[in-house]
Amino acid sequence: MFRNKLAIAGLFIIGSLIFAAIFAPYLAPFEPFEQSLRGGLKPPSLEHPLGQDKLGRDNLSRIIYGSRISVCVGLFAVSISLLIGTTIGSVAGYLGGWIDELFMRIVDIFLAFPGILLAIALTAVLGPSLHNVILAICVTGWVSYARIVRGQILTVKEREYIVAAKAIGANPLRIIMIHILPNILSPLIVEATFGMAGAILVEASLSFLGLGAQPPTPSWGSMLNEGTQFLLIAPHTTTFPGLAIMIVVLGFNFLGDGLRDTLDVTKD
Amino acid sequence: MKGFIIKRLMLLLPVVFGVLTLVFLLIHLIPGDPVDLMLGENARATDKEALRKELRLDEPLAEQYLHFIGGAIRGDLGMSFHSKQPVIELILQKYPETIKLTLAAMLMALIISLPIGTYSACKQYSWVDNFSMFFALFGISMPNFWLGPLLMIVFSVKLGWFPVSGNEGVFSIVLPALTLGTAMAAILSRMVRASMLDVINQEYIVTARAKGLSETDVIFKHALKNALVPVVTIVGLQFGALLAGAIITETIFSWPGVGRLLIQAINTRDYPLVQGCVLVISISYVLTNLITDIAYSYIDPRIQLR
Repeated sequence: MFRNKLAIAGLFIIGSLIFAAIFAPYLAPFEPFEQSLRGGLKPPSLEHPLGQDKLGRDNLSRIIYGSRISVCVGLFAVSISLLIGTTIGSVAGYLGGWIDELFMRIVDIFLAFPGILLAIALTAVLGPSLHNVILAICVTGWVSYARIVRGQILTVKEREYIVAAKAIGANPLRIIMIHILPNILSPLIVEATFGMAGAILVEASLSFLGLGAQPPTPSWGSMLNEGTQFLLIAPHTTTFPGLAIMIVVLGFNFLGDGLRDTLDVTKD
Repeated sequence: MKGFIIKRLMLLLPVVFGVLTLVFLLIHLIPGDPVDLMLGENARATDKEALRKELRLDEPLAEQYLHFIGGAIRGDLGMSFHSKQPVIELILQKYPETIKLTLAAMLMALIISLPIGTYSACKQYSWVDNFSMFFALFGISMPNFWLGPLLMIVFSVKLGWFPVSGNEGVFSIVLPALTLGTAMAAILSRMVRASMLDVINQEYIVTARAKGLSETDVIFKHALKNALVPVVTIVGLQFGALLAGAIITETIFSWPGVGRLLIQAINTRDYPLVQGCVLVISISYVLTNLITDIAYSYIDPRIQLR
């Protein structure tokens, strides 16, 4: 019961995030780029509930607009990673033999880079931009999906319904698309939910390091980066963007945990 | 055992080779001319040529590659473009600091997670259990580049207990280690709890209780030891996450390690140094995983049979 409540809380957070992203222009009380010299670093007030940043821009509005970046980067990065990972995992798992061996060795190489190291290295050489952030997340992100799909295919490949499909002459593509993938959706959905949390966190980390969204784009990570420069005199510029990141990541983790329990997916 | 270690080492070779190849390719992924990017487009042509020669970008790709691999095997990662010192020397100066920070973070995580995980499992669904697991999710979701500054505000600025940044005195490691270790503490708490729950329902625990052993003996002598076996793997794997997290934590706290060096190298466009840092961090990770695997097979000899 407790888990279910958390999952619903997660769903609510994600719903609010998407709502904020879509209706940002109607929700934000100010323009995200509107500067006010007199309002620089002002603490929260009635007019500006989350305070103002160094250029006097309204923090609340910038956080609301920032949700667009998180949602976009998350969706693009996870969908592309999912597509690449599923394709490679299916081919490796279904065909087996040396192709499988080769793909799995490549997977091992990508897994040799811990966490966001490869993403940092890639954005460092490709140049800082949101496109490159998405690219960097995909380059490292496909691996987990490929492993899941391959592992799942290996377990269902020998089942009778697959053998039957082969016997009536279905081609491999049809077998994978129609008979195998729908049966292995649950672990993929769970992984993609955690993947969203991960992608949003990586985007924020890269933007925090100055390797992602560039000013004046209101990304939560770059807002935090600007905020920490004024940590001592204006802690609110650090607190609120970080809170936004944490709540959203928490939402996806709540939902992922709930889904894993409900769909009965065991961690491998 | 020997056979297992040799097999594991053989598997390591293609990975190390692949990592070297990817790191080599990094500098060739730079859009446009790396020399232009490092010196600026208006630099003198002779300077550009000199740098191109120094980085061996004028040679055919295959030759550059062989030279890079050969150098890396001998421990030569080229010269830093910025400080004109060998990359490997710069990294080795900072490396101990990163290891110190990572180990401190790991220690912190173990100190927090072992009691929480064990207690939560023993009192499953109690309010302590629910409360700690709820906070574990917070710990996992909290970005360390936010937690770090928050800890700084509270403990350095408001309370003045710890220095704000840098590496002076024993206490300066506390906040960076806590920042880096929180996520791991959260993951480990969940892991220890799950693992304990598995073990507690085993027959040998029922037997131990039936013999009339005290609950403390059952938990600490019979259950915990067995429950920690799978936790060892996670600790090893998480070490890699700590190494990656150290990049950001070191940047926040101005901790003089390899992670901060990497970010400085990126900001000064010192690509040979970037390559070196990436290489050293990932090779450390690969080696930790190797050691974890071997340690695990010592603790649980069944693993070698797989």
